[in-house]
Amino acid sequence: MIEVEGLTKYYGRHAAIRNLAFTIERGEVIGFLGLNGAGKSTTLKILGCVLLPTAGRVRIEGQDALDNPHALRKQIGFLPDTPPLYEEMTVGAYLSFVAQLRGVPAGKAAGRVGEVSSRTGLSQVQREPISSLSHGYRQRVGVAQALVHNPQLLILDEPTSGLDPEQIVEMRALVQSLKGSHTVLISSHILSEISQTCDRLLVIQGGEIVAQGTEAQLAQRAGSTGPIELEIAGSADAAVSALQTLPGVISVQLVRTELHASVLRVEAPSELRPQLVRALVAANVDLLSLSKPERLESIFLKLTHGKEGRA
Amino acid sequence: MRAIYLIARRDLGAYLRTMSGYVILAGILTLNGVLFNAFALGEGEHRSSEVLSRFFYMSSGFTMVAAILISMRLLAEERQTGTLALLYSSPVRDVEIVVGKFLSALVFLCLFLALTVYMPALVWAYGKVSLGHLFAGYLGLVLLGSASLALGTFGSSLTKSQVLAAVISGILIVLLLICWQLASVTERPFSGPFNALALYLHFRPFELGLIHLKDVVYFLLVTYVGLFGATRVLEARRWK
Repeated sequence: MIEVEGLTKYYGRHAAIRNLAFTIERGEVIGFLGLNGAGKSTTLKILGCVLLPTAGRVRIEGQDALDNPHALRKQIGFLPDTPPLYEEMTVGAYLSFVAQLRGVPAGKAAGRVGEVSSRTGLSQVQREPISSLSHGYRQRVGVAQALVHNPQLLILDEPTSGLDPEQIVEMRALVQSLKGSHTVLISSHILSEISQTCDRLLVIQGGEIVAQGTEAQLAQRAGSTGPIELEIAGSADAAVSALQTLPGVISVQLVRTELHASVLRVEAPSELRPQLVRALVAANVDLLSLSKPERLESIFLKLTHGKEGRA
Repeated sequence: MRAIYLIARRDLGAYLRTMSGYVILAGILTLNGVLFNAFALGEGEHRSSEVLSRFFYMSSGFTMVAAILISMRLLAEERQTGTLALLYSSPVRDVEIVVGKFLSALVFLCLFLALTVYMPALVWAYGKVSLGHLFAGYLGLVLLGSASLALGTFGSSLTKSQVLAAVISGILIVLLLICWQLASVTERPFSGPFNALALYLHFRPFELGLIHLKDVVYFLLVTYVGLFGATRVLEARRWK
């Protein structure tokens, strides 16, 4: 659905993004990861037909975004990092205005506003002026304006920014409910949100895509040999000697001893986990739990570390 | 056209829903009324046409000030609050954004001019007023307002600070105003272009109840140039 080739954007002499290339299939939910200043917002603004690139091509549904941005904008819903809200308007009037501006006929606008309001939990505040709303509600209005014309492509720049945990869960549920019916491109600093919501991740750093794929693929690419934590019943001696002799294990360390259990930290590739379990069973050690603390945050830091160092 | 109508309607609603619009209207109407009483009516007896000309002369100044104050928020506020991204990401051409916003300001300015009608009505009640003079004067004020608003829209497109936008628009209008003075202190061939550009020289006939096509064309041209400039600035921002 979206094909990006050689996308480059300069602000003066500074390259915000350089030679980006990726494709996104219809119905996918894509997470866009990057540190501040990595070029996420610039890329999203270009895909949202707000900014024009210095070089490169963007094709959405086969149409060139540079040649025909006017027609493409009807198919795009864009939430910038700051929701674009007219404070003096009521929620209903604002959404109706945006719907009509994006091509929804006046007769159908009220229906679309009602539908999107119920989906985003705004039905109760239809007549409230936007200026009187809390931050969470404003963010919802921002998402609602992006959805109100039922676009094929939804671009959400930091939609969970500043939300409380309950609102984050609601926003996550909303984005998940859009899967399949909309192609969603979402950026966030809350990396756990990305991993739970998105089908695929694009990691951008220093204006370049440094990795793309599923979380598992990125973990593999990051060459994760991060620690695996094992909780075992009783003394750790038998377990330590069983694990140390296992090929591939780099180190085994006793982290702590509890009343009836011990916790070990094993430095080994994550794919060695089945062998670790078998070795413990063979050594007659009761395994209580196995966890791999390696999460998206650490994968992300590993993937961007080299770039950061060069920046 | 639909987008222009939607943007104009929303912006006009914003003027009418917020205090700033009413403050501008009330402030300028009050000053206009006080000065009309003090200077246009003045002491002693005057011919009605003379009073009406003075009224249009004074109102031209207030129209320009009102235009600067009304237009300063048009695009600067959109950039300041981030709502320009909403318009930029919608299927709306940049020229439609500019024209929609300009029209909302023009309608609001016409509301201000409509509220000044009580002053010529007083002259009408106590004297003899030509309807043609009245029509010409108000047409001149609308055209002058349109040109000033267009320059204001251009000023507002250049910055996200409304105060700075007002200063830029004020400077542009003053530059056109002082062309009259510059024409009188320069010699040919410079005096010709200065005369042609002089804002007040083109308003003066309207003030006296005369409508000349060249003056109408002048104000329409200034309006076009202002709006064209604002559109170009919006287009250029997509590259920045």
